[in-house]
Amino acid sequence: MLDCTPKEVIKRSGGLINPAKTCQPIGAMYAALGIHNCLPHSHGSQGCCAYHRSHLTRHFREPVMATTSSFTEGASVFGGGANLKTAIKNVFDIYNPDVMAVHTTCLSETIGDDISTIIKSAEVPEGKVVIHANTPSYQGSHITGFSNMVKGMVEYLARADTDGKKEQVNIIPGFVDPGDMREIKRLVGKMGIKFIMFPDTSGVMDSPMTGKFDMFPAGGAQVEDIRDAGNSSLTMALGYYASSTPANLLERNCRVPAITLKTPIGIKATDDFLMTLRSKFTLEIPYELEEERGQLVDVMTDTHHHFYDKKVAIFGDPDILTGLTEFVLSLGMQPVHVLTGTPSGTLGGPQGIFEKEINEMLAAARLEGRVKAAGDLFELHQWIKNEPVDLLMGNTYGKYIARAEDIPFVRVGFPILDRSTHPYLPIVGYRGALRLVEMISNALLDRQDRDAADEDLELVM
Amino acid sequence: MAISEKILEEILNKYPAKVKRNRKKHILIRDPQQDRQEIEANTRTIPGVVTNRGCAFAGCKGVVLGPLKDMVNIVHGPVGCGYYAWLTRRNKAKADEPNKNFLAYCVSTDMQESDIVFGGEKKLARMIDEVVEIFKPNGITISATCPVGLIGDDIQAVARAARAKHGLNITAYSCEGYKGVSQSAGHHIANNGLMENIIGAGEMEEPPGKYTINILGEYNIGGDSWEVERVLTDIGYDVQAVMTGNGSYAKLKNAHVAQLNLVQCHRSINYIADMLQIKYGTPWLKVNFIGIRAAIESLRNMARYFGDESLIARTEEVIERELAEIEPQLEPYRKICSGKTAFCFVGGSRGHHYQGLYEELGVTTVLAGYEFAHRDDYEGRDVLPYIKTDADSKNIPELHITPDESRYRLKIPVERLDALKQEMPLNNYKGMIEDMTEGTIVVDDLNHYETEEFIKILKPDIFSSGVKDKYVTQKMGIPTKQLHNYDYSGPYAGFRGAVNFARDVAMGFSTPTWNYITPPWKGKPLLEGTIEPCSAHPGVKEVGAV
Repeated sequence: MLDCTPKEVIKRSGGLINPAKTCQPIGAMYAALGIHNCLPHSHGSQGCCAYHRSHLTRHFREPVMATTSSFTEGASVFGGGANLKTAIKNVFDIYNPDVMAVHTTCLSETIGDDISTIIKSAEVPEGKVVIHANTPSYQGSHITGFSNMVKGMVEYLARADTDGKKEQVNIIPGFVDPGDMREIKRLVGKMGIKFIMFPDTSGVMDSPMTGKFDMFPAGGAQVEDIRDAGNSSLTMALGYYASSTPANLLERNCRVPAITLKTPIGIKATDDFLMTLRSKFTLEIPYELEEERGQLVDVMTDTHHHFYDKKVAIFGDPDILTGLTEFVLSLGMQPVHVLTGTPSGTLGGPQGIFEKEINEMLAAARLEGRVKAAGDLFELHQWIKNEPVDLLMGNTYGKYIARAEDIPFVRVGFPILDRSTHPYLPIVGYRGALRLVEMISNALLDRQDRDAADEDLELVM
Repeated sequence: MAISEKILEEILNKYPAKVKRNRKKHILIRDPQQDRQEIEANTRTIPGVVTNRGCAFAGCKGVVLGPLKDMVNIVHGPVGCGYYAWLTRRNKAKADEPNKNFLAYCVSTDMQESDIVFGGEKKLARMIDEVVEIFKPNGITISATCPVGLIGDDIQAVARAARAKHGLNITAYSCEGYKGVSQSAGHHIANNGLMENIIGAGEMEEPPGKYTINILGEYNIGGDSWEVERVLTDIGYDVQAVMTGNGSYAKLKNAHVAQLNLVQCHRSINYIADMLQIKYGTPWLKVNFIGIRAAIESLRNMARYFGDESLIARTEEVIERELAEIEPQLEPYRKICSGKTAFCFVGGSRGHHYQGLYEELGVTTVLAGYEFAHRDDYEGRDVLPYIKTDADSKNIPELHITPDESRYRLKIPVERLDALKQEMPLNNYKGMIEDMTEGTIVVDDLNHYETEEFIKILKPDIFSSGVKDKYVTQKMGIPTKQLHNYDYSGPYAGFRGAVNFARDVAMGFSTPTWNYITPPWKGKPLLEGTIEPCSAHPGVKEVGAV
């Protein structure tokens, strides 16, 4: 397995080997699925749309409906305006969504199609809306694409049209699973605060089996709610990379103050999330949540010997990694390799907030580790060859490294293509942290059991 | 319920007029009384329609080049295209030489904005250097994504320079996603490149065995090719090259020595089959190893082609042995499957191939179609002279191939070849439509709306297609079978593959999970109890519900 990966690291500048990111449009498509009655549309070649639908479908095991501008060579030369206008007409005539959310591709960006002008000159039925996001695949990653589509929602939909601000909070959850979005909503609900979450893929990408197919399932953020987000008194952007830009745009456009927090993964990030709500809305944290927190701390303490000093390599999307790194540190583990494929600085700049945040966490724990943005899994594998770890955490692509190096592996993040239930069960909040503890200890202890000599196999651990 | 022209018209009436006019030509109701039924195929998908189709890159890198295990496939473009084509197709491979299986590696030049503005040729050249240094592959392919052609990166020149620099077979494929109308354009581009640059590059002059064959259009999904090769090798064939499942540069470069080319997937590889016939005089036989009867017929045709009595006898022996092994295993599954109906909508050949296997299990295909096939895959190759080229097909070059002066050999005498053509599909494919029965539906580029409508009317018991429409149909409570990736199972080809398929289809019908869709409280009264007889109305004794 991965036998051709040498231990010796050479400096490379030709691109990526085994990427830890993918391109913007898939993130935009996923974000658009978080609007109720919305059909995502890919303005490019058919292959983009097919690839994104397939890959999202593999992760969620749910239908992913989306249309494409089906570019041909002619459209690539003369511009895709005619294709998009035809698509807009057909989408409303045939599928009749409330919103059509157009994202671009490297093709339509390279030829410079001006999407807002095309939309303005298209036939959009009364009461329907077409929004768009520029998502050039040659910048950022799928996380950037998610962020850009949420920005599109703010730009096209959010309005400040009340005299004062309402006692309600906007939550931009970031590129997380519907189960995470549900858990975040539960936490805010327990606090007794009125909220608007957008995008919200719960009820869309985790829809139940009923014997009936709904092209537009019951879930998703309502357009009128996204519109009303301009009247909220606060926006909480969860995850710097996926959520802060749209939150800041909402602040600029509608004067809704924005706070960017870590995705609430692990105990500290969840504490921060609840403390922010507590102070902004002057509401006490209910005992029920305090109890959940206490239960988590109880388990962490009971089982600290499973985790302490274990070396771990983590890869995935930057917002997820920040919380995960912080959490494994709080378990007493050593995150010695932390790598994301997403570029850290603006538009691929070298050092950004990702490395800074992770390095600060490591420094506070008096640890040193390799931390990298815009990296790839080939390099991560080489790091592991040079400094072995006890555990690998990341998306499904990590299983090849885990097998090659015979390391216990915890699947977390996007995409998970070879297991199920992850879209339903959260990793955020105290409950999610408890689930992470279970996943990590299962991986570590199954391995210990497997490797133990007969006389060393423990009944109680 | 069958579909009449009237019902079809009603389905299409939901479309805007232009879409209706277009889609009407892609759908037909099978009528064997008609001499020839025409269908439109390989034309543009209408923008804004939910289609399953992909692009030329997917057909070139994803389908044809991707499985070549000892070559590194560099994707030149932004990261996505390479990423999605990485390990997702289930084309299995085992290394023939140590450290010469690169399928688990995704190599992308990850073009950034500056590469789009200033050109990406230098970055591509650096990537080639790095790949040679790290992997030392037997060859390198470079596949272009959309922006490459638009910004004018000359990947052919980069490949030529790298070839000279490294002394390796390094070739470039201009398979930008916007070319053609589907994956099909990419197959053609890949076929051209393999033919021009790899096949025939080897030193072999003579076939290694008495019955040397290539298998074309077999991608070893779920191990299909291994199951087919197991039987072929047992009969006595030497498989020189498989195109391209578990394939390699090492084998492919000597594919010219084969005495017969088998064509499994006609759509994706018929170009190479034709070109090998012209260049080396190697006839091709349309085979189908999906389904027991089709596999047997293919084996018998092969044996008759070589015409050797001992080979014919050995073929029958193996068939008999294999049948004896699988028949008892199939029986319990047949009981579950018998009497059911299926939709069979797959890429470019499986929409046809799987109908026979379904039939052997007692499942009738009531609707079939292809995602990206051409008219000849539906109507047979006789239609080829009548297919008009259009703006989209014209931009894929047709190679001008001539007989190879030193390597062209007549594999069998012309008269014998002509005689055999009367009995078997030599250099010929008769297409899907001929095998479909009266009243069944043929749909090209079936889209989401039509899928829903046809399901409502025909109520199939199983829906076989791909990952994008799998869960759509499953939500309706209908079992599904992915025929692109076999739902992570397989092999489905050959004799043992048929058993795997039967087991998986039967599993789809009989999984207990279908019983739980309706919650037990649905339709049940909330309160249950009895009402005591009332003295005022002695006739009322008991009422079940409140």
